[in-house]
Formats: sequence, C-alpha cells, structure tokens
Amino acid sequence: MSAPLPTAPLVLGIESSCDETGVGIVRGTELLANAVSSSMEEHVRFGGVIPEIASRAHLDAFVPTLRSALDTAGVTLEEVDALAVTSGPGLSGALMVGVAAAKALALATGKPLYAINHLVAHVGVGVLDGGDLPENLGALLVSGGHTEILKVDALASDVTLLGATIDDAAGEAYDKVARLLGLGYPGGPVIDRIAKDGNPKAIRFPRGLTMPKFTGTAEAPGRHRYDFSFSGLKTAVARCVEQYRARGEEIPVADIAASFQEAVVDVVTSKAVLACREHGMSTLLLGGGVAANSRLRELLAARCASAGIALRVPRPGLCTDNGAMVAALAAQVVMAGGRPSGLRFAADSGQPVTAITL
Amino acid sequence: MLILAIDTSAIASAALLRSTRTDGAAEVLASFASTETNTHAEVLAPAIQGLLTEAGVAGTGLDRIVAGVGPGPFTGLRVGIATARTLGFAWNVPVDGAMSLDAIAWDVLAAGEVPAEGFTVAIDARRRELYWARYGADGSLAEGPRVSVPGSLPAGPVYGAGAGLYADRLAQSGAAAVERFRDRQPTAASLGAAALRQLARGGQLLGTTPLYLRESDAKVPAAMQGHTP
Repeated sequence: MSAPLPTAPLVLGIESSCDETGVGIVRGTELLANAVSSSMEEHVRFGGVIPEIASRAHLDAFVPTLRSALDTAGVTLEEVDALAVTSGPGLSGALMVGVAAAKALALATGKPLYAINHLVAHVGVGVLDGGDLPENLGALLVSGGHTEILKVDALASDVTLLGATIDDAAGEAYDKVARLLGLGYPGGPVIDRIAKDGNPKAIRFPRGLTMPKFTGTAEAPGRHRYDFSFSGLKTAVARCVEQYRARGEEIPVADIAASFQEAVVDVVTSKAVLACREHGMSTLLLGGGVAANSRLRELLAARCASAGIALRVPRPGLCTDNGAMVAALAAQVVMAGGRPSGLRFAADSGQPVTAITL
Repeated sequence: MLILAIDTSAIASAALLRSTRTDGAAEVLASFASTETNTHAEVLAPAIQGLLTEAGVAGTGLDRIVAGVGPGPFTGLRVGIATARTLGFAWNVPVDGAMSLDAIAWDVLAAGEVPAEGFTVAIDARRRELYWARYGADGSLAEGPRVSVPGSLPAGPVYGAGAGLYADRLAQSGAAAVERFRDRQPTAASLGAAALRQLARGGQLLGTTPLYLRESDAKVPAAMQGHTP
C-alpha cells in the first residue's frame, strides 16, 4: 500500500522567466508569502525587457528575495515539504538563474524539486484566490511575453493549448505602441490611462487573424481560429502616426491609444469567448500582467456574462509573474501524486503547456 | 579548512578540497569537471551532490564555498555563482569569489616551468575575443582580467584554451600559445587550491560579484532616445 498523498504541503516556488525574481510560499491552497523583486526600472530606457539585464538582476535579487519570503511566511527551509521552479517557457538566460538556485536549494536541503510550467502556473495561482478551480475550465493569459488560450482539464496533468500569438505578445504590442507614441515603458498602464480620454472608434485598426480564411467555422476550424497576431496592428499604428507627422498635424495620442487598445481587447476577448463556447468551458480564468488592464477586464466581463461564462480574475499581485503561482501549481502536483523532477532537468525556453512538470 | 569550489566560467566544475598544513597546500577530496561548455545548469548540482556523497561530507560541515566569478560567458557563469550563493545561504556557510583565470595560472605554476618574464592566461570570450590576464613568474596577478581581440595580448607565452583557439593570431603580435595548455580550461580543483594558498598567506578572496567585463549589449532604441520617462 502506498503512503497517503499530502493534503496541504508547504511548498516554496521560484520564478525567474522574465524580469521578475519571485519566491512564493504556500501551504496547500493557502498563500503564506509572495516576495517579488522586479528589474523593470532598469528596462525603462530601452522600452522593453533586455534579457541580459534581467538575468543579471535575477542573480543579485535571488537570495534577498528568498530570505524575504521565508521571513514573511515565518517558516524555515527545513520545514518546507517541496521546492518548485519555473523551468519554462521564458527567457533562457533568466530561467537558468532560477533553475540553478532551485537545484542548489534542493541539493542543500534534500527536498524534492518540481520543474514547473510557467503558463500553467498562471492558471494554478487561481486556487490561492477564490477557492478550488471548477471543471470545464479555460484560461486566457495575456502578458508582455504571452498571449494564450488554454483548456484545463486537470490542473496537474491535462492542459491543452488552444491558441497563442503567432508573433508579438499583447503586452509587447502595448510596449511598442507606447514607444511610438512617446509614452514610455511599460506601455500597458499608460495606454490604458490615456485611452480613457480617447475615442476607441476614431481609427479602425486591424484585428489580427479574424478573417474567415484563418478562423474557418466551428465544424471546419481554420488554422488560426484561436490564434492571435499583433505585429500587423503595431505596424498599422506606426503608419498612422507617420501619416499625421507627414501632414504636419498634431498626433491624436488619446484616440490612437484608445483605438489600439480596442483592437487588442476586442480580438482577445472575442477569441477567448469563442474558444470557451466551442470547447464547453464554462469558467474562464484571466491571468498575466495585462489582466490589470481596465478595458480588457470590462469587455471580457461583459462578453463572458452574455455567453453565460463565469469569469475569474485573481488579484493583480497574483496575475503578474511571481513565485507563489509556481508554488501553488507544484502543491497541486504534489497533492495529485506527481513525481519530482530531480536535479538533472534543463530549463526549456519553449516548454509546451502539455509539459506541466518536467 | 574544508571548502567547496565551483567554477562555471568555461566548463562546469566543482571540487571539495581540504588544507591541513599552514602553507595552504591542499588535498583534493573529490572533483568534477564537465567537457561541455553549455550544460552547466543541468550537470552542476548533481555533480556537487555526487562529490559530497563520495567524500562523505555534509554541506553544513564546509568552512567556505569559493565561486569562480569569471570572466566567462555570462549565462554559464551565473549558474555557478547562483549555485554557490544559494548553497551558502541554505548551509549557512560563507561564500567568497575567486578570479577564474587564476585556476589556469595555478596549473601553470604546478607544471613547474614558469618563464622568468611571467605569462598570460586566456580563455574563449566568444565573439572572436579572449578573456585574459597577465601573471608574474610567482603566479601573482599583474594585469587584468581583460577582454579583447587576440592580437592585443601582451607578447610572451599564453596558456589556456583561448590560446589554442587563436594560436596564429597570437603569433602575429609576438605572443605564443603554449602547446601543452592549448585545451586547458579553468577548473574548480585548481581554483580552490589557489584560493586556499591565498588564504594561508593571509590574503583576501574576492566578493561573488561576476566579472562580466562587458556591458549587457542593450542599445537604446531610436524611438526612446531623448525620451525621459
């Protein structure tokens, strides 16, 4: 007879896939600590995340962030039941700092280590805010590095990618457009704010991959039915700005921001709801840093309500990249009897969502 | 004194060393060195675990951890330093740094035929450049570490894998790759031995800040120049 599975394991999770160094601690589905150190300020003058700068910052932030998380949770490393780390997807050099540190912790403490999928962790974090995740769950992840629609049949063992961006992530498009408009970095919050003073219908920007040849029908889906593309939208905004400049006219920044935002949010929400309807997903979880966007939340809430889909949005500190989400998913894996990953796995910058753990 | 040395400036390596004599002479209890230069994050932790088991040593029994702080390619270099710092935190053991090229300088001295005018140590810095440092005949650091094109190294013998890569280019500037050392990479066993002797002589080790020697390569995009956030 095998030993009973742990019911509320104490798990420490590490995240370093982009520009946030996160260490979170959970006990089962209870959040004990969520320490995050961001190198965002160092990327501001470049208008986007510079991988080498992010990696250098992870190295210096890791031990202080770990100490802070342990202090906040009031636990010691000896008390921890399991360790977890984001193994991918993400920036390769950045991932490797977290993976090396996590392996060192596992080696030093003898605790089992779980290599966790970053995208699925954005879903798993849902258990920390709002209780257990229901059946027939879908997830929409929108951030500076990701734009995906997932079907979550079992959090710890069965996740399918339904759609993803084929070029830029939505948050990346926000950053690039903010740069074009001289609004600084990061682009999401500032465009969201300025868009409130603009007319979202002033300029009709393209909605990527919405033509019938890409979407097809429910019975005969096209190749990109649930996929996104934002590079054409970014180019359209650039051309629009150039035209105003060429004519010597003042650039209507608020109208462009509002119209751009509407184009992003329209296509993201409509495809997410479409995927839910066609795959029997009755609850949609929103995650990623762009989940903080007011227009995205507003339109997604409205469209989900119309379609009879329940919407769950974890609080902002859990939507952006953090270590608690890694710990939360690993705790689910531990409780489901999943096997630890050992010390030999490699970081995988392109880890597919089907690889929930390595 | 019992130390764990780690270096990932080129290959990944780790070693457990003990010094019992006051002159800092060290005994290597167990050591590991990879052949690859791109598997650090995979191989290092299991290797250290293996060394501890092999030597029957507990991490908490270490007196120090010594990490090679480069110079070396960034991503791999960070794996060793992140590992060393985290092990130090978890075991509550102090962590020091040592300049990675010192490991090869140690090997040169150990080989016993040091030129009176001193010598240069060089490893691959990629992008057709070398990380290098110049040492005196007694093995003391005289110049560097630096990163530059092979043609700008000082005249005289050059030891290490960097010399082997660019033997012809070195010859043009009066430097000469030493044949027996043309594949030699920094190893933790040699770095640890050099560090123990340094300590025995009352010297200081470095902090664990990486010696990147290069900026992060990022360029401010045209659209951001002149823009004050």
